Amino acid sequence: MPDALLSIEDLQVEFSTRDGLVRPLDGVTLEVGHGETLALLGESGSGKSVTAQAVMGLLPQPAGKIVGGRIRFDDQELTALPPQQVRALCGTRIGMIFQDPLSSLNPVFRVGDQVAEPLRRRLGLRRREANARALELLHRVGIPDVEHRMHHYPHQFSGGQRQRIMIAMALSLGPDLLIADEPTTALDVTVQAQIMNLLRDLQQERDMAILLITHDLGVVADVASRAVVLYAGRVAEQGRIRDVYDHSAHPYTEGLLASIPQQEEGGARLTPIAGAPPNPLAFPQGCRFHPRCPYAQERCRDELPELRRPVGWAPDQAASCHFTEEVLSRG
Amino acid sequence: MGAYLTRRLVFSVFILWGAVSIIFVVLRLIPSDPARLILGSDATEAEVEVLREQMGLNESLPSQYLSYLGDLTRLDFGDSYRQQRDAFELVLEKLPATLELAIVALVIALVVGILLGVLAALRVNRIADRIVSVASLLAQSLPSFWIGIVFILVFARGLHVLPSGGTGTPAHMVLPAITLAMPMLAILIRMTRSGLLEVIHEGYIQTARAKGLSERVVIFPHAIRNALIPIVTIVGLQFGGLLAGSVIVEMVFSWPGIGRLLIESIGQRDYNVVQASILVISAGFVFANLLVDVLYGYLDPRVRLVTR
Repeated sequence: MPDALLSIEDLQVEFSTRDGLVRPLDGVTLEVGHGETLALLGESGSGKSVTAQAVMGLLPQPAGKIVGGRIRFDDQELTALPPQQVRALCGTRIGMIFQDPLSSLNPVFRVGDQVAEPLRRRLGLRRREANARALELLHRVGIPDVEHRMHHYPHQFSGGQRQRIMIAMALSLGPDLLIADEPTTALDVTVQAQIMNLLRDLQQERDMAILLITHDLGVVADVASRAVVLYAGRVAEQGRIRDVYDHSAHPYTEGLLASIPQQEEGGARLTPIAGAPPNPLAFPQGCRFHPRCPYAQERCRDELPELRRPVGWAPDQAASCHFTEEVLSRG
Repeated sequence: MGAYLTRRLVFSVFILWGAVSIIFVVLRLIPSDPARLILGSDATEAEVEVLREQMGLNESLPSQYLSYLGDLTRLDFGDSYRQQRDAFELVLEKLPATLELAIVALVIALVVGILLGVLAALRVNRIADRIVSVASLLAQSLPSFWIGIVFILVFARGLHVLPSGGTGTPAHMVLPAITLAMPMLAILIRMTRSGLLEVIHEGYIQTARAKGLSERVVIFPHAIRNALIPIVTIVGLQFGGLLAGSVIVEMVFSWPGIGRLLIESIGQRDYNVVQASILVISAGFVFANLLVDVLYGYLDPRVRLVTR
């Protein structure tokens, strides 16, 4: 994709922990185009959130650092800038919302002030102007009775409203990209749908790209155009979301999709993926999925598969599996 | 809020009553006779007996107590045996000096304590953090009278840069105020450091960074406002320690405040003055804690008192 807004290339991140060095990201490559929604999928610990943190310069300090690869945003090389500058850039052109909207809002400041803060501190707007803009934003994300409510504190709002406030804050400087890290995980199912609809509407209105990080495959199907599936710090599969869902090119994706509870078959047993996600302190040799893969063969134990387009699959689709063509059907 | 304050004020009266009652009993448990101390060792037993009768010391303890409480309800604290003056007036006269010292010490402890605590937290496990942490441990462990004497030896006797005691100029304030501030300063450093280290991992700090705010703004005010919440409680409790500490510090530096008056009055068994001093010190402590509770609601909107 030549006109990618955000492009991550072979990104490697290391954390030094008490038990030794771990590498939660080991060669992640992905691109987000202008105005596109990309779903970044995977289990806990697959490296989804670390990817977002690496982009935003939010890796825990001093434990985490980028040890390889590149992150480009527009035509800026983020990996070449110090974290402080990355954040300054990100605050303006990349907005971010988080999983738990309660702990993500500062409990001791009024929500209106928190939304207005970037406008005042980053754009230098006067309080009145900034507040007027904050009011508009809060109104747009669907906070009722804004004139009154903007003077309230985070604990006085419901979970869904808090996430709306976070969205208003992230949008305050009109970013080109919104990174949403599990934005609906902490919310009720009905509220999840409202938030996802809001994100979709805002995206179309503002022609903004969204990097949507989630482990919930059901949530993203209607919103995202493309998906990248991470497993143990590497890209397992990527492609247009319909292709990935309908003709998975990686056994892990197949397992993930099979594990979604099916509403129609009430009472049916869930089909989980066998085993547990690998320990980042000791990723398996060869293909990292092989200990849990129903199709694993000798080669999978020895050789780390490259990301490639399997013969016969959709043009944009790629997976890192030696045996896609042999073990998965396209039908 | 109004109902809450009223309840707190009523409760405060009971606290003060308790403090006065304890000191009333304890004072009278100390051997030696105020009348004998006033008249000196030359006076005859008969003369002492006459004075005891005049002072009401020959009545039973419960009846002395009841009549003292009765006087208190009329805001009559009795006269000083020594100075033939209203005891409460005598204490109020000394109050400004003590308050001045306590407030300067409080400001020193707050400003230096919070700044050093922030410094230690930002440089956690680095050399600056180690130095600050060891220094605060020392400041907390060393007794005020010792610190005061060392200060006098070094800065007054040795370097001749500051007066060793008394009042008059701002320079007279420096040594006693720093000495008095020490224990609270030490606690504030440690509380600020640990509070900030806890808060820094919260989600809203990540949000503040993701908003592209500078690291300074992330700490002041985003992190510090939250870290300050438990610190305010400590300040309220420690203010009592500050008043208690002033008793010793005022003796060491000959500071003419309530503390020194209290010690002298105890030596002279000047019951009424001791009781009035204790009452004023307790009232200061109670008021400081009331103030903290109100401030607490201001700092943390989640516990803001609901107005019904």
